[in-house]
Amino acid sequence: MPEQIQPQQDSRETLSFYVVGAIFLIVMPLLNVLPAEDSWLRLSDFRLNQFGKFLCFAILALGLDLTWGYCGVLSMGQGVFFGFGAYCMGMYLALQIGKESVYGSDLPDFMVWTQVKELPFFWYPFKSFWGGILGAILVPVIFATIFGFLAFRSRIKGVYFAIITQALAFAAWLVFNRNETRLGGTNGLTDFKQVLGFRLSDPSTQLGLYILTVLALIASFLLCRWIVASRAGKVLIAIRDSESRVTFSGYTPWVYKLFVFVVAAGLAGLAGMLYVPQVGIITPAQIGVLPSLEVVIWVAVGGRGTLIGAVLGAVVVNFGRSVLTNYFPEAWPFILGGLFVVVVTMFPDGLVGIIRKFFAGGPPAAGLAMPKPQPQGGR
Amino acid sequence: MSAEGLILNCENVVVDYDGFKALNNCNFSVHYNELRVVIGPNGAGKTTLLDCICGKTKPSSGKIAFGNNIELVGKNAEDITKLGVGRKFQAPSVYGNLTVWQNLDLSLKRASKGVFPTLMGKSTPAERERINDTLNTIGLTQDAHSRAGSLSHGQKQWLEIGMVILQDPSLLLVDEPVAGMSDKETEQTGRLLQTLSEKQAIVVIEHDMDFVRQIARIVTVLAEGTVICEGTVEHVQADQHVREIYLGRAKVAH
Repeated sequence: MPEQIQPQQDSRETLSFYVVGAIFLIVMPLLNVLPAEDSWLRLSDFRLNQFGKFLCFAILALGLDLTWGYCGVLSMGQGVFFGFGAYCMGMYLALQIGKESVYGSDLPDFMVWTQVKELPFFWYPFKSFWGGILGAILVPVIFATIFGFLAFRSRIKGVYFAIITQALAFAAWLVFNRNETRLGGTNGLTDFKQVLGFRLSDPSTQLGLYILTVLALIASFLLCRWIVASRAGKVLIAIRDSESRVTFSGYTPWVYKLFVFVVAAGLAGLAGMLYVPQVGIITPAQIGVLPSLEVVIWVAVGGRGTLIGAVLGAVVVNFGRSVLTNYFPEAWPFILGGLFVVVVTMFPDGLVGIIRKFFAGGPPAAGLAMPKPQPQGGR
Repeated sequence: MSAEGLILNCENVVVDYDGFKALNNCNFSVHYNELRVVIGPNGAGKTTLLDCICGKTKPSSGKIAFGNNIELVGKNAEDITKLGVGRKFQAPSVYGNLTVWQNLDLSLKRASKGVFPTLMGKSTPAERERINDTLNTIGLTQDAHSRAGSLSHGQKQWLEIGMVILQDPSLLLVDEPVAGMSDKETEQTGRLLQTLSEKQAIVVIEHDMDFVRQIARIVTVLAEGTVICEGTVEHVQADQHVREIYLGRAKVAH
C-alpha cells in the first residue's frame, strides 16, 4: 500500500529537527548557566542574547521560505511585517518605561522632544501587554491580507510581485522615518526598561526571552511543517512549478498564495515581537529595503524549499556577519552579496543541498529541487 | 439552445488574436459517451478550440454549452474543471517535483479544493483505492513514489491521463496523447481511451492517422479555424476538400 510520504526523507528531517532543537533549547542555555564564569565552555550572556536575535530571524526566514521556497512567491518586503510586529511590541515596552524615562514623563522620550503633549490615539491599545502581543501578530496579518488580496487577486506574480513588495518596504521605511508618524522617527523606539515587571537588563530575563524565542521557533517550525506536509503543501509546490496547470486540477492558485503570504506575515510579526525586548531597539533601518532583502539571502543560502534550511541560513549568515564584521567591517556587504551570487549560481539548493549531497546522498526532497522557469499563464 | 443528447455544443465561436482568427465561427458538438477525434493541419485551431472549452482562452464571441445547457464562456478554468471538464495538455504537464502518487492525489475529485479543506484533508481508504486502481490502469504502480519529473516522456503522458481520469470529468479533452510514445504504448493508450469513452465523452486531437483509425468513430476536420468536414475516417479521407488542405503537407491523408 503506497503511502504519501517518503519515510527516509522524513526521518532525516525529523532527526535534524530534534538535534537542532535540543542544541538551541537545552545545550545553549545550560552552557550559559552551568560552567564557571571564566570557563572556556561558558556561553556568555552576550552570545546567548545574540543567538536569541538570530533565532528571531530564523522565524522570519521560515515565513519567507514558505512563500518563496515552497510556493514560488518572492516577497522582498518581509522586513515590513517584521517591523509591524517589532513596533507593536516596542510601543508596549515604550509605555512601560513610565517615569524612568530621561524626561521623567509618562510619555515616551521622543514625544517629549517632538512636543507631543498627549498620547496619540493609536498608542492606546499598547498600554496593555496583550495589546502589544496581539497587535504584533494581528497588524501584520491584517495588512498582509489586504495587500495580498489586492495583489494576488489581480494576478500580479513573479518578478512584478517582488518589485511591488520591495516598493512596499521602501514606502514603509519612509513612513516610519517621519516624526509625524509618531513612532519615534529615525531614532525609533528604545531605552526599554521592563516587561511584565521583569527588568530587561537582567541576564535571567534575557535567558527567559531566549528560551521563549526557541519555543516560538519550534512552534513556527512545526506549523510550517504541518502546512508543507499536508495536501495543501503539495498544492503550494504545484503552484510554484506550474501555476497555470493547477487551475486545471481545480485549485485557485491566488487563494493559496494569499494564505501562505498571510502565514508568513504572522511569523514575521512574531519574530519582530520577540526581537525587540532582546535587542532593545527598533528603528526604521531594520524594516526597510535592505533588511527585507537580507531575509531572501538567508533563505537562499540555507536552501529554499527546506524548512531546516531557512533556520540554518538565518543563523549561519547572521553568525558569520557578527564574526566577520569584527575583522572586516567594511567588507561585509560585499561578502554578503558575493555569498548570494555564489549560492544562486553554484549551489541553488543552498547549505542543505550541499549537506545532502556530501553526507546523506539520495535524491533531493520534493520541495528542494528548483523549478525550471516556466512561461506563466497566458496563452 | 442545446440539442438533445449533446454534452458539448459550441456555436459560432470566434477567437481573434489581433486580427488573426484562430477560430472563425466554429461550430462543434459532441454527444454523451462519444469518442471524437479532431484532426487538422497545424494552425487549424484545434488546441485553441480545447482552450476555449476548458477556460484557458476567452472566445471573442460565440457560445459554448456544456451538459445541461451550462454556458462555459466567461467562466474561469477552476470552475469549468469542477463542472466536469478535464484537460490533458499537449506537452505533458505534470508536477515534476511531486511524486506520481502526489500528482494523482492532488488531481482526485474532491468536494472542496479550498485552502482549509485541503490543509486538513486526509485521504480516505476509498480514495487510496481509487489512486491505486488508476496507478494500475496507467501502469505506474512501480513508480508511485518516484518524482514525476524523472519519468520518461511516455510515462508523463500516461500520468497526466491518470490525473485527468481521477477528476471524474464527464468531458475529457485530450491533446495529442500519443506524441512521443512507442507503437505499443500508442496502442495501449488507444485502448484506454476507448474504455473510458464508455463512461464519458472524449475529444482527442491527434495527428497520427494509424492511431486515429484505431480509435475513431467520428472524425472532425478543422482548418483555418472552422470545421470543414465531419464523418467516419473513410468518409473524411475520401473528401476532396480535406485532400486539398492536406496536399503536400503531412503524411496524414494516405
